[in-house]
Amino acid sequence: MGMGRLSQEQIVFGLALLLCVGFALALPGFLTTNNVLNLVRSVSILGILGVAMGLVVIGRGIDLSLVALMAVSVAWALHMVGTGMPLPQALIIALAFSLFIGAVNGWLVAYVEIPAIFATLAMGTLIYGFGRYFLLDLDVVYMPEAARHILWLGQGTLFGVPVPIFLFAAVCLGGHLFLRYAKSGRYLRAVGDNMLAARITGVPARPVVVLQYVLSSLIGFMAGIVTAASVASMNTRLAISTYVYDVILVVVLGGIGLSGGRGGIRNVIVGTLLIGVLLNGMTILDIQYTVQNVIKGAILLTAIVIDTILNPRDEQTAQQGDI
Amino acid sequence: MRRILTGLLAAGLAACAGSALAQGIDDPTRAPYYDSFAGKRVAYIPVAMGFDLTEGWAAGLKEALEPLGMSIDIRDPNWSTDAGAQALTSLITEKPDVIVVHNPDVQSYARLLKRAEEAGIYVVQVNMRSAYSTDVFVGADYVGMGEQIGQRMVDKCAPANGGSGKVAITQGVLTAAASIYQMQGITNVLSKHPEIQLVSNQAADWDSTKAKNIAATVIQQHPDLCMITGFWDVMDVGTAAAIKESGKPVYLLTQGGGNRMVCDGLANGTYSESVVYFVPGQARDMANMIKYLLQQKQPAGATKTTLFTKLDFLTKDNMTAASCWDMPTKG
Repeated sequence: MGMGRLSQEQIVFGLALLLCVGFALALPGFLTTNNVLNLVRSVSILGILGVAMGLVVIGRGIDLSLVALMAVSVAWALHMVGTGMPLPQALIIALAFSLFIGAVNGWLVAYVEIPAIFATLAMGTLIYGFGRYFLLDLDVVYMPEAARHILWLGQGTLFGVPVPIFLFAAVCLGGHLFLRYAKSGRYLRAVGDNMLAARITGVPARPVVVLQYVLSSLIGFMAGIVTAASVASMNTRLAISTYVYDVILVVVLGGIGLSGGRGGIRNVIVGTLLIGVLLNGMTILDIQYTVQNVIKGAILLTAIVIDTILNPRDEQTAQQGDI
Repeated sequence: MRRILTGLLAAGLAACAGSALAQGIDDPTRAPYYDSFAGKRVAYIPVAMGFDLTEGWAAGLKEALEPLGMSIDIRDPNWSTDAGAQALTSLITEKPDVIVVHNPDVQSYARLLKRAEEAGIYVVQVNMRSAYSTDVFVGADYVGMGEQIGQRMVDKCAPANGGSGKVAITQGVLTAAASIYQMQGITNVLSKHPEIQLVSNQAADWDSTKAKNIAATVIQQHPDLCMITGFWDVMDVGTAAAIKESGKPVYLLTQGGGNRMVCDGLANGTYSESVVYFVPGQARDMANMIKYLLQQKQPAGATKTTLFTKLDFLTKDNMTAASCWDMPTKG
């Protein structure tokens, strides 16, 4: 990305602004405080997952089991509470399960050296099947009365702002500080940029890879809790939906290259906002669902085409490929 | 001597009659009844197991048919239309006696269902109809249901009745029979009532998170929204959350199979009203039709029967402990 050129992040941000202006002029109720809050709230879970995925992608990996693990572990927590276990205990067990699976993912990628895309794809399917057969009776697990305390995380407000927005902001801040200031955060970027070089300079490359999947499962679990609190239930069918691709979309759209090492949390925020503006505006316009998909796809392609024209592939990407 | 003989004869006759009375007379329809079911196989293909409707039907069929010596074989395609079509194809060669099928949409299975009937297998469709009509359809009359829902919108929301006239609809997927037929019914009514304004008509893919985001945006844009009607109670948990967060008195009319969770939701104010097609009743209808077909022994496809399920409009006020049913426990 040369000087004077627009980065993909800036292009997407510009596109989001353009859409915002367009909607604001065309739709009377778009640019009100309440609608903007609602817009951000509606994509904050997507954004939290985006941070998790972003961290893995910056480390030159990908986590396709993110959504499956989130759905199954949180649904299991609710199920356990439903059968009479105290809420904190159920949450701790489910979180431990989630972190364990994250570590196994990391181990498969770092030590067994299976490509991340295959390891996590298989893991996602495995977790969903395991969860549905051994852990849960039904597709959708409802929030039991005993777990009502956590509803606030998804449905409450603080100073008039929905709580999920604060959580999104907190996860972003945490992710940013981690990448910027933590030693392991810098290692993560180094490993993503060039694993061999990082290793030669003494970075513990394999543990760093494990760490990125553990982090992703941790943040994913948080996103799951917010999801469950937000709609008072957990639908395990999310695991086999295309939701995980939406998450990747947010990450890639924001400008975190799939070749690793580049980008930051800001990119995730920008990508999330564009999707949020799009969805919100189209819902207000009452555009039919199938047509919405067409528009969403067209705008995403446009963003990518503009990026390819303004920032041609360099030699490094050509050699490594995008994933 | 003669007296003694007569006495003995009388005593003998009495004894015979007595023993005959003690044994009772055999019901002549009993043996053929049980014979027509023993060892018969029923295959069941829902869109997916793991939710109230399909689990409820499976439990009801098992309860009614297994004691008669029939076997129920569940093929779970888990929301994959392809897997369902494959299961159907392999069943056609396996030749069970009856196939119970829950169609994901009106087209996908149509040709296969025809082939199954041609192969001599009775086909029972439940709740979501295919374009091809088979021996039996048991389920809600969705066009009629849509008309009743449209009428509820008018009753609740027409300006003449004190409402704002603004209503919104959250569908599941647009191609499901449930959605298509119901929209037809709703349109039938609303076209005669221009005072009712349909401000949003969106599909949420049966997903509660999407339903929530749609409802939140619509309420934001139309703070005087009168009613949202959603096409499935499980999805409308999300719609309910959006209404609760907005603090607006939006009337939520949902629908579903009348699982206990719906009555709980009506009681605690999650839903305002629910249109219920009682799942155990549908299971009983299916089981009875299967018993009928197996006793009649006519070739598959010879008769076409439709049994529409009675619809209950449940609210907090008119529901009773018996209005909803409990999910069978696994084991």
